Amino acid sequence: MISFSGRTLSLHARVQGDTVAIVVSGEMSVKNIALIEPLLHQLLEHPLPSKIFEWHLHEANRFDSAAALLLYSFDEKARLLGATCRFYTNDNQQKIIDAVYRRDYQSGGVTYRPLGLVASVGTIAIKKYQSVKDFVAFVGELFSALMIYLLHPKQIRFKEIYYAIEESSVNALGIIAITTFLIGVVLAYQSAVQLKMYGANIFIVDMLGISVLRELAPLIAAIVIAGRSGSAFAAQIGVMKITEELDAMKTMGFDPYLFLVLPRIIALMLMMPLIIFFADVMAMLGGMVVASVELGISAQLFLDRFNEAVAMKHFWIGVSKGPFFGFIIASIGIFRGLMVKNDTRSIGVNTTKSVVEAIFMVIICDAVFSIIYTNIGI
Amino acid sequence: MYPVIEAKNILTRFGDTVVHRHLNLHVNRGEIYGLLGPSGCGKTTLMKEMVLLQRYQGGSMNVLGYDLNKITHKKAQELRQKWGVLFQFGALYSSLNIYDNIALSLREYTTISEALIAEIVSYKMDIVGLEQCVKEQYPSQISGGMKKKAGLARALVMDPELLFLDEPTSGLDPISAREFDALILRLREHFDLSIVMVTHDLDSIEATLDRAAILDNKRVVAEGSLDAIKATDNLFITTFFKGR
Repeated sequence: MISFSGRTLSLHARVQGDTVAIVVSGEMSVKNIALIEPLLHQLLEHPLPSKIFEWHLHEANRFDSAAALLLYSFDEKARLLGATCRFYTNDNQQKIIDAVYRRDYQSGGVTYRPLGLVASVGTIAIKKYQSVKDFVAFVGELFSALMIYLLHPKQIRFKEIYYAIEESSVNALGIIAITTFLIGVVLAYQSAVQLKMYGANIFIVDMLGISVLRELAPLIAAIVIAGRSGSAFAAQIGVMKITEELDAMKTMGFDPYLFLVLPRIIALMLMMPLIIFFADVMAMLGGMVVASVELGISAQLFLDRFNEAVAMKHFWIGVSKGPFFGFIIASIGIFRGLMVKNDTRSIGVNTTKSVVEAIFMVIICDAVFSIIYTNIGI
Repeated sequence: MYPVIEAKNILTRFGDTVVHRHLNLHVNRGEIYGLLGPSGCGKTTLMKEMVLLQRYQGGSMNVLGYDLNKITHKKAQELRQKWGVLFQFGALYSSLNIYDNIALSLREYTTISEALIAEIVSYKMDIVGLEQCVKEQYPSQISGGMKKKAGLARALVMDPELLFLDEPTSGLDPISAREFDALILRLREHFDLSIVMVTHDLDSIEATLDRAAILDNKRVVAEGSLDAIKATDNLFITTFFKGR
């Protein structure tokens, strides 16, 4: 009546009066019972062919617990329909079947209930609120640790600060150099085309000088440092939290804020202005190369004009953003690291968040600076 | 009784450090086999070589009839479905809940219906002694002992022929450790398993192992039943089994 023949498994069901004889041969294991699973549903379809199912399993040369569970669930459904199952097995199969029938637990899957609109909005709102609260607490701790530094300068961890300076800033100079040099090249190249049309070649110096020193170099440098060093802070501290190193430090009386957090923040606040200065130099170098190749402005001429046209204040405005950007990047990176929970996934989540939030906050901060400087007229 | 694992003349090197040299051993079908030895002797390394996580530099290894020296990707994938591995700390996937951790292989390698998957997962959880109510929990929410049990249920989900256990009783309290020993014996009974385990736990060694290999000085210094091993003259063996 129903029959199936596969390469490794076959099943034949035959109705004989009141019974259905089902012969299974081949490999009846977790790997291929999916082949016969639908057939079993067919066997139980209405009208039920008979009252008794006889399972002949002697020819099933491999038989595992998944197969036994398949028979068990078939039996259970058959019983609800008023039928019974009989199994003709060898000892080994019987042992596996017996083990499956001996149960004192409630089997069942997991149901996933998607949250409704209100519930998901609420969940997100509570999470955001919690994370704002956590950040306020973080800043508070930071402040009290800073007070300890100021009142007891001996507590300042100079070694850690030097180390953080090297790790997060000095080692980043290569990538900063390449990125900002290329930004200078691209910017100059794009403007060169436009300026040539008006014969205003020399104004490339004014344009580049002001835009790079004031805005672009600080912003690009901050974005690169956020991606490179802010994320590194988050990952380092996050891993230390998972391996319980932070707890170990606390029990030994080493305040993580004094040993880990403040040194990194101070390092980045000190170094960010210098990094911006370095970025200024590299970007102008890029612009200078393009100016001489594309517009025929010699390096000497470029520098003379630069001296004349670009006021010193533009440089100071750009550099003055450094400590603020440094604080934003370092504190968000470390804060995210401290938010890591006791599972590996949250390291990834928090590292990503640290970069996204740091860049976002840097841009906001930059906008605020723009408004302030414009309003006070510089 | 042909061997399920046979290692011949294994040579393992990390840079200049030799971990194994001329290492030989074999594991018979249906037995519980222990890899013992002082820390740093390369027990875990050897087990990693058996499960294709690490390459050895010389010799030959045969697992379940597959020659690891010239195994193809396809054959390796086939072999990987025939064994289960329990890592020391469970190594559950932290982004999945316990139920999905256990069900993963079934969903990936078979087309079994969700209803039957639920049956299989529940059964495996029951066998390893895991409460059904932790199904929806995530690995970070359950205790270390439960993680091990869940890891074991995940290792057993495809009804493997061969089971590797890395320090199964470490980090468990003595009562749970003895329960785990009983569980290992019961599993072998139920599933016709061959089991290879790395362990330091003397009670566990006495209670479960049929045969064992002692790794010391880069090779196997003794292999066989526990009585045979205890009779061997070796500093590690005499100190380790002192008073037993």
